Amino acid sequence: MAAVGSEVMRASRKAGIGPQRISFVVMLAFFVLGPLAMYPVFLMKVMCFALFACAFNLLIGFVGLLSFGHAMFLGTAGYVCAYVAKSWGFTPELAILAGTAAACVLGIVTGLLAIRRQGIYFAMITLALAQMIYFFYLQAPFTGGEDGIQAVPRGNLFGLVDLSNVWAMYATVLVIFLGGFLLIYRTIHSPFGQVLKAIRENEARATSLGYDTDRYKLAAYVISATLCGLAGATNALVFQLAALNNVHWGMSGEVVLMTLVGGLGTIFGPVVGALVVLAMENYLATLGFWVTIVQGAIFVICVLAFRRGIIGELARLIRKPL
Amino acid sequence: MTEIFGIPVQAFMGQLLIGLINGSFYALLSLGLAVIFGLLNIINFTHGAQYMMGAFVAWYLLNKLGLGYWWALVITPVTVGIFGAIIERTMLKQLYKLDHLYGLLLTFGLALIIQGLFRNEYGSSGLPYSMPEQLTGGQNLGFMFLPNYRAWVIVFSLVVCLSTWFVIEKTKLGSYLRAATENPELVRAFGINVPRMITLTYGFGVGLAALAGVMAAPIYSVNPLMGADLIIVVFAVVVIGGMGSIMGSIVTGFGLGVIEGLTKVFYPEASNTVIFIIMAVVLLFRPAGLFGTQR
Repeated sequence: MAAVGSEVMRASRKAGIGPQRISFVVMLAFFVLGPLAMYPVFLMKVMCFALFACAFNLLIGFVGLLSFGHAMFLGTAGYVCAYVAKSWGFTPELAILAGTAAACVLGIVTGLLAIRRQGIYFAMITLALAQMIYFFYLQAPFTGGEDGIQAVPRGNLFGLVDLSNVWAMYATVLVIFLGGFLLIYRTIHSPFGQVLKAIRENEARATSLGYDTDRYKLAAYVISATLCGLAGATNALVFQLAALNNVHWGMSGEVVLMTLVGGLGTIFGPVVGALVVLAMENYLATLGFWVTIVQGAIFVICVLAFRRGIIGELARLIRKPL
Repeated sequence: MTEIFGIPVQAFMGQLLIGLINGSFYALLSLGLAVIFGLLNIINFTHGAQYMMGAFVAWYLLNKLGLGYWWALVITPVTVGIFGAIIERTMLKQLYKLDHLYGLLLTFGLALIIQGLFRNEYGSSGLPYSMPEQLTGGQNLGFMFLPNYRAWVIVFSLVVCLSTWFVIEKTKLGSYLRAATENPELVRAFGINVPRMITLTYGFGVGLAALAGVMAAPIYSVNPLMGADLIIVVFAVVVIGGMGSIMGSIVTGFGLGVIEGLTKVFYPEASNTVIFIIMAVVLLFRPAGLFGTQR
C-alpha cells in the first residue's frame, strides 16, 4: 500500500501534480461515473451531505470550533426552499438561493451569540440554539409539523431544464457540490484561511498579532452556515421533502460523525466520511435501532483509536495534506 | 375562585409545582455535570442516558427482583455509578491529555449506544413504574391539592443538592476536590491519589443522574429516550448558570424549572423554548453565565 502510494507520488511529482489534485480527479470521476454502479438518488444524497460535512469541517477542522447544532442550517434551508418552491412557485434556482440566504441569516444571528464562548461551551450553546429552532419548526404552522413539507416540485431550472428528470437533477447537484467544495478549498487556502488556522492553533497569539479573532470566527461560522444551507436546500429539492429529522440533534451528531470518520481538518475527509456513513445507514436501515448503536460505536472507536480518520491516516502515510 | 394575574390559583399553583419538579431534575443533573466538569474538564453527554439507566434499573429491581422504591433509591445510584466509574477507567482516562472536545464526542457516542440498546429491547413506548405506597395520596392545602410524591421529590432533591454543596464546600474531602480542580499536579505532590479521586467523582456525578432517574420513574414513564432531550435543556441550564459554582447550578436549576412552569401558564407556546431564549439573553449580557467566571 505504502509502496504503491510512494510510486504514485513519484510519478505525480514528475508530472508536477500534487496528491490533492489527484484526489480531486478521483472524487470527480467517482461522482461522474458513480451512477453507472449506484443509485443516482443515493449519490445525490451523498453529495448533499458531503457538502454539509465539508462546510461543518471548515469550522471544526480549520477554526477549532465544534458546533453541535449544524442541523439547524440544513433544516432551515430545506424548509425555506421547499416552502417557496411549493407555495410561492419559485423556480428551483431561486428556491435554493432563498434557502441558502435563510441559513446565512440564521448563521449571523446564532453566530453572534455562540462565539461569545469557546470550546465546550460553544458546543453546548450551538446544540441548545438548534434545539430551540427545532421546537420552533415543530410548532410553526408552515412546516407541516410531523409530516413536513411533502411533494415539493423540482420545477424547471432557469425556466428551461426540467429537473424532474433524474439526470438533469444529478448534474445540477454535482455542479452545486463542486462549486461549494471549491469555494471551501479556496477559503482554506486564502490569507483569511491562514488566519483561521492561526486562531485554531493559538487564539491569544492571533489576537496579539492584531487580528480581531471574533470577527474572523463569526465570518467562518457564517460561511459554514451558508454552505450548509446550500446543501440543505439542494437536498430538499432532491427528495422533494423538508422534514423534522433534518433539524433534529441527531442530524447535528451525524455530520460530526461523518467529519470525524473521514478526518477532521482534511479537505477530502468529510466527502469520504459522508459516503461511508450514508452507505452504512443504507445497509443497516432494515435493522431498526442498530443504526444508532453502530453510529455510537464508530464515535467511540474513532475517538479512542482512530482520531485522524480515513483521509487523515492516508495523508500521514504519504506525508502530504489531503 | 381566587385568581393570580387573571389565572385561577389552582392552575397557577399546579404549574408552579410541575416547574419545581422539573427544576429538581435540572438541579440534580446540572449539579452532576458541574461536578464532573470541574475535575475532569469534560462535558458528560452520557448524562441523559445515565439518568434513563437509573429509571430502568429501578424498574428492573421492582419487576425482576421485587425490590421496591426505597431499595432502588440506594442501589441504583451505586450500580449506575460503578458503571460510570468503569467507563472512566477504560475510556475517558485516555482522553485527558487531548482536546476537551474529544471527551464530548466520546460520551455522545456512548449515549447513542446506550439509548440504541435500550430502544432495541424496550421500544420507544414507556414502561409504568408504580409509586411507593407510603407516598401515594396527597394533602389538601386549601388552595390546591399537593400529591405527596411530588412534595417528596422536591424536598429530597433539595436535601441531596444541599448535602453535595456542603460536602464540596465545607468538608476536608471537598477541599481536596476543589484543590484538584485548580491544580491536580500539586495535589498529587501532597500524596493524594488524584486519579482515584477523578474516578470516584465521575462515578458520583453519574450516580446523581441515576438518582434523578429513580425519582423521575413514578412521574414520567420509564422510557429509553427520557434523557435524550432533557440533557440538551440541562446543557442550556449549565450555560445560563455557569459551571463555576455548585450553589449556582442548584439555584439556576430550580429557578429555570419554575420559570418554565410559569411560562406554561402565561404563554404555553413558548414553554419548550423559554430556557433557550433565556440562555440567548444571558449570553448577550453575561457571557460567562450568572454564577460563572470566564476562563
